[in-house]
Amino acid sequence: MTNFFKMHFFVPLAAVLGLVAIAYFGAEANLTWVFGVVIPYLAILIFFEGLIYRIIQWVRSPVPYRIPTTAGQHRALPWIETTAKDKLDNPQTFLQVVGRMGLEVLAFRTLFRNTRTELKKQDDYPEGARLVHWSYKWLWIGAIAFHYAFLVIILRHLRFFSEPTWGFVHGIETVDGALRFFVPAIYLTDIVLLAGLTYLLARRLTNPAMRYISLAADYFPLFLILGIGITGVILRYYVRTDITAVKQLAIGLVTFNPVVPAGISPLFFVHLFLVSVLFMYFPFSKLMHMPGVFLSPARNLANNNRVRLHVNPWNYPVKFHTYMDQENEYREAMYEAGIPLEIPPEAAEQAEQAEQKEQ
Amino acid sequence: MAKVPSPQELSKVNYRPPAKGWTETKPEFRPGTYCNAAAPKWLEMVSYPYPRRWSVPEADWHLPPDWKEIVLQQMEDRLSRFRSLKLFFDICVRCGACADKCHFYLGTGDPKNMPVLRAELLRSVYKRYFKPAGKILGELAGARDLTEDVLKEWFYYLHQCTICRRCSVFCPYGIDMAEMTILGRELLSSVGINIEWALASVASCYTRGSHIGAPPQAYVDMIDFLAEENERITGIATPVTYNRKGAEILFITPSGDYFADPGSFTMMGYLLLFKYLDLDYTMSTYAAEGGNFGWFISHEMGKRLNIKMYEEAKRLGVKWILGGECGHMWRVCNQYMNTYYGTPPDFLEVPKSPITGTVFEHAKMHKMVHISEFTADLIKNGKLKFDTSRNEHIKLTFHDSCNPARAMGIFEEPRYIINSVLPEGHFFEMPPNTIREKTFCCGASAALNADEYMETRMKGGFPRASAVRFVHEKYGVNHLGCICALDRATLPPLLQYWVPEVDVTGITEMVGNALIFPGELERTTDLRDRPLVGFEEAEEEEEAE
Repeated sequence: MTNFFKMHFFVPLAAVLGLVAIAYFGAEANLTWVFGVVIPYLAILIFFEGLIYRIIQWVRSPVPYRIPTTAGQHRALPWIETTAKDKLDNPQTFLQVVGRMGLEVLAFRTLFRNTRTELKKQDDYPEGARLVHWSYKWLWIGAIAFHYAFLVIILRHLRFFSEPTWGFVHGIETVDGALRFFVPAIYLTDIVLLAGLTYLLARRLTNPAMRYISLAADYFPLFLILGIGITGVILRYYVRTDITAVKQLAIGLVTFNPVVPAGISPLFFVHLFLVSVLFMYFPFSKLMHMPGVFLSPARNLANNNRVRLHVNPWNYPVKFHTYMDQENEYREAMYEAGIPLEIPPEAAEQAEQAEQKEQ
Repeated sequence: MAKVPSPQELSKVNYRPPAKGWTETKPEFRPGTYCNAAAPKWLEMVSYPYPRRWSVPEADWHLPPDWKEIVLQQMEDRLSRFRSLKLFFDICVRCGACADKCHFYLGTGDPKNMPVLRAELLRSVYKRYFKPAGKILGELAGARDLTEDVLKEWFYYLHQCTICRRCSVFCPYGIDMAEMTILGRELLSSVGINIEWALASVASCYTRGSHIGAPPQAYVDMIDFLAEENERITGIATPVTYNRKGAEILFITPSGDYFADPGSFTMMGYLLLFKYLDLDYTMSTYAAEGGNFGWFISHEMGKRLNIKMYEEAKRLGVKWILGGECGHMWRVCNQYMNTYYGTPPDFLEVPKSPITGTVFEHAKMHKMVHISEFTADLIKNGKLKFDTSRNEHIKLTFHDSCNPARAMGIFEEPRYIINSVLPEGHFFEMPPNTIREKTFCCGASAALNADEYMETRMKGGFPRASAVRFVHEKYGVNHLGCICALDRATLPPLLQYWVPEVDVTGITEMVGNALIFPGELERTTDLRDRPLVGFEEAEEEEEAE
């Protein structure tokens, strides 16, 4: 194990375990008001302020050039067909950009097209080897499973913040809890989220190249969300806490009437604290890929430079070599080569003589 | 020049990362794996800062004393001017999807050639000086001090990126290493670190008109020579006019097309095609270069060279511009040219083919048409008569050049032309994951086609060559077609090394070769003086005589 790996893997792991301990012992020490009210409010404040601050930071820098990455046939000659795929991968209108971005954000289309390349022995080739490329969907599956499970779990949690619970939340719960062989019903998304996280973590650890590039900033959110997931699962399936009391706390928070009812297990405060940390961490981390993807100039622009001018706000005049610079330098030679000139050699000579006389 | 190891040796790529973490390893500047430092004269010609003599393998790069402040100040400046840079620094999640997409990673196995980590080389410095977390947590936040070693590392790896954008296609957020490479090279230039191949080309282009540094009269000579070659082989004179005011079309193509084989055969193809059409066109000794090495080193230098195109079109009073087969030229033309210029070039007219009457609406503001668009339109309208049997000796596969593929999207036009000028069943695609938007770079674009860089070039081009090998073995492919002059300069040595059975050809070369002219000589050879199918014996007899 390299020192690099040790630092980037174990420090975030220790940090998350430390956070768990802080919240657990804090709740045991009756600091429930801090962990149940103060920190969640602070977290929400930091989350939104941070999010807005970071987006403003990005937007303050202009997009000087229109540089979409094109991955399909452009529309040029009308008789060359462009398929739906071409329009999405090489958008030339605003609507097509919306389509491209929509599929990117909702379906992770780029990851879906991921490939894997491997060097294979090939004895009948003189060089003895060949690169083979194939479609590789695992990262897409892992990523989309994790993200959607997380989304559904967040939506399910709205049951704590709505009174009476909104109808669609019930709907989600019913579908998600379709596995009714157990009591309480096991939510599919709980399994999918933990499985997805495990996969995302495992690939960083088992693939040597992935392990080599991974930083603390990659492990920390994984551990943190794993911590949230595991505490959540324990709270639901094993150490059941007083749900009514939790709901009271949640409703109190959203109605700005905070109360901390008695009887909530310390483990719940661990769960809530980790969620709060996630919110606070979000704007200052790579998790900003969520709003960031919408701003990516390689994806959110139409490939229509030849039809519409893209203005660079800081475009400035540059020094360049003019045609007359060339002609002045090579006039004689150009004349002899029969290249048309702006000023024929005799005229240029006369002008030069006149200038010398003046001096 | 350092000897390049054999293909058998180079293809044994080791993808196992070193035991030490990436912040602890340093590049080794071994001959064959770095580009030479730029001579000071080139920098002086384009008023670039800190011209001096320095050498890459030497420990002391003679940096200006306040180099660190300069680089950081320049980085801050770029962050404030390019949202892309800020965003790409901030949102990468290191998912690794880009890792095995880079031809340099696949060819070298060096983990710092995974785009994610190459970007991290810059990002780590950004975190250290511009992000609170990096300032406080340092290494734990993936931040590191900007040292001379870090700068050297940038130099090493930013010149193992050909700005091909393959990583950007596969990145879920579109993070584009190309963008970071150009801006990173700008930072290097700010303290006088440039490579010879780039700066020599840029300065030559700036002062004389083309990368090869040919003065106007030599430019005319070279093209006239190719016109004479056309006449010798086909019996058809294809004279060219230069700097002719009032011509309808200004034709601009990269210098690679008139300077050296096999690009020159493509040039002959252009001239034949234009003659066939009796096109009212002219070429310019001033806008004599389609390619733009300036853009490989900075946006500003890109603009300083590119501006010649519109300026010359304006001076000559042409109606529109026709652009030759070139990769990065078309990235610049498609994505930067108008923005550089700042205003729509209203002194030009919406391009209209004088032969077919087709109005190129898709270029109505830009006023410039790609030769493949132009030719495909001609063929579609039945304006060209081909004898495809003249290309019967060619079994072709097509290499999508990175920039027209991933910064424009011109896939079908060249394929349509290919299918029209080749006999049926002579065109074979490489495996789907290696063409179109997933195409692999030639390995030496972005000013890396320097001879002293051969070993790394051969490694970087391995993924491309490997796909060519595949179709060569499977279908007997013997030609690799492309619409890029830089490819025509870089692919021949690449294939000579990996797949020597395959030659490189431009698409318009095959067009010119197949065009049937009234009153032409009976053709027994192609434009390269190679016997046509059915005339091999005649050729041998001639040789015997």
